[in-house]
Formats: sequence, structure tokens, C-alpha cells
Amino acid sequence: MTAKTFPVEASHILMFARSVGDENPVYTDPEAAKKTEAGGIIAPPTFAQASAQFDPDYFLRPKAGQAWFGSGKNPTGAQPRSGGGGGGGGGGGGGLHAEQHFEYHRHLRPGDVLTAEVKPGKTWEREGRRSGKLVFSESITEYRDQKGELVITARGVGVRTERPVDAR
Amino acid sequence: MALSASKLKVGETHTARLVEDLKRTQIVQYAGASGDYNPLHTDEIFTTKVAGYPSVFAHGMLTMGMTGKMLTDYVGDARLTKYGVRFTSQVWPGDTLDSSATLKEIKDEGGQKIGVFDVSTKNQDGVEVVSGYAEARLDP
Repeated sequence: MTAKTFPVEASHILMFARSVGDENPVYTDPEAAKKTEAGGIIAPPTFAQASAQFDPDYFLRPKAGQAWFGSGKNPTGAQPRSGGGGGGGGGGGGGLHAEQHFEYHRHLRPGDVLTAEVKPGKTWEREGRRSGKLVFSESITEYRDQKGELVITARGVGVRTERPVDAR
Repeated sequence: MALSASKLKVGETHTARLVEDLKRTQIVQYAGASGDYNPLHTDEIFTTKVAGYPSVFAHGMLTMGMTGKMLTDYVGDARLTKYGVRFTSQVWPGDTLDSSATLKEIKDEGGQKIGVFDVSTKNQDGVEVVSGYAEARLDP
């Protein structure tokens, strides 16, 4: 996740909260939110993941004029560009998201403008029961606010599998 | 709304239903809001014919987000200090998910009581799809 800046906006929080089925007014209604302990609108706990929207090169978003590996009428045959490790949208490409961890120094509010610094973490391998060899890679993202203060530390782990995980 | 350390007992569990018969449209909605447009989640042709899965499946982060609602409804707004999960099994369209937070311990960090919870979300077959933990500030 290499968003240069990640502006936290009320309408984005509203859309994100709706998408996870959370109708708590603390995410959408400024008047109701004012009366809560939060004292105003805050973002839901996993919202930092939506910083992908502000990464100009995010590999899991189709871009005008570039090949996209998702299908049109038929499969395109285009290959996914490989993404980073476990940070942003999880494994991405041929990979999957294995773990996600957040540490909240404070909760995000509309008007915050974050910067994200990504640090590579460990990589490791193990043999999976259902999907052959698994290669894990970790990345740590530090989100700082407009004052330079650390607000969220996120640690993501992505996994690449030898074959599709068929849990059905 | 907030939890009080003096009223909580280690081992007690809060549960909530997250979703019933998960709709493909909700997965699309999450893709749009989060910005993760991986076709594995929304593009049935790609997912079945190219990637080799039986159908599209939910973003792990959608399940983590829905599980987060169970947590914040329980511990209160802006109370979480840590929240982390492993994605242990996939979530498919049509799944019904139930989630629980079980109090593991109450610790004291500089006078602030912190509740440490085990978090688990399971599908309609009892298969765990998310396994994790959360920590939240408690009232005394």
C-alpha cells in the first residue's frame, strides 16, 4: 500500500460502513455521533484498508488503457501484476489474504489526512493441507496523521498457494 | 454502551449474527468501498474458469469488517485498541455467519482496564472462517 496521502472523508466512511453491514450512526450521522463517546464521526475499525483507493498504482484496480486480468465477455488471458506482500488488498494476484492485524493509537475521523509507510516484514513457507506449498509474506503499514503522529499500525500477511484452496 | 471491567467475567461470551445468506451484491459493495477489485471476489467467469475456484468468494476483509461490527457493538465506539485475525476458511455467497467474542483476561495498563477477547466467526456448517483477538478499553 503506497498511498501518498489518504484523505479520510465522511462519504467514504459512510460507503465503507454500509458495505460491511454496519449502520451504527457513529459512522454516518454527525449529530448522533456527537452524542456518543466518540464525540463525532469516526471510521470503522477496518477502514484503513480502504487506503487502496488512494494508491495510484494499486494492482487490484483496473486502469484505463491497461490490460486487466478479470474477464470481459470471456477471460482475457491477461496476467495479474504481482502486488506487494500481505499489505493492502491481501495477497492479491494469485495470492490470498492470510492475516490482518490493526493496532489503534486513535480512531480515524473525517478530515484526517494520513500518510502510509510500508515496511516489509518476514517471509516464511509451510506445507498446506489443502493447497500444496504455502508462501507467506508480511508487511507492516504505519499510518500517520497530518501532525505526523502514528494513528494506526497495520500488519498484513499474504499467502501464495500452489493450487486453489477449495474449501467447499 | 461501554463495558465495565467490574461487571465482566472471564470466559463470558458475546455473540451476534453477522449476515444471513451473504449476497454477491454485498461483496461487490465491499469491493467498491474498499478499492479491492480483485476479480476473485466479483467475476464468476475469471474465478471459475481461470483461477479454478468453485465460485467467487468474499474478501477476507469483508468478514473482518463484519466481525468488527460485532466487536464495536459490544465494546462500544472508539474503544478498540487492537484487533487482528487469521482468515482460516473462505466465505462464499450464500453463507450465514455468526461471530463471538469471549473475554480471555482483563489487564491493567497504567490504570486503564483493557479487556482481551478471543474472536471467532463461523459459517452455517460450524467451520471457523475468521479466528482472532481484540483488545478494548473498559470502564473500571
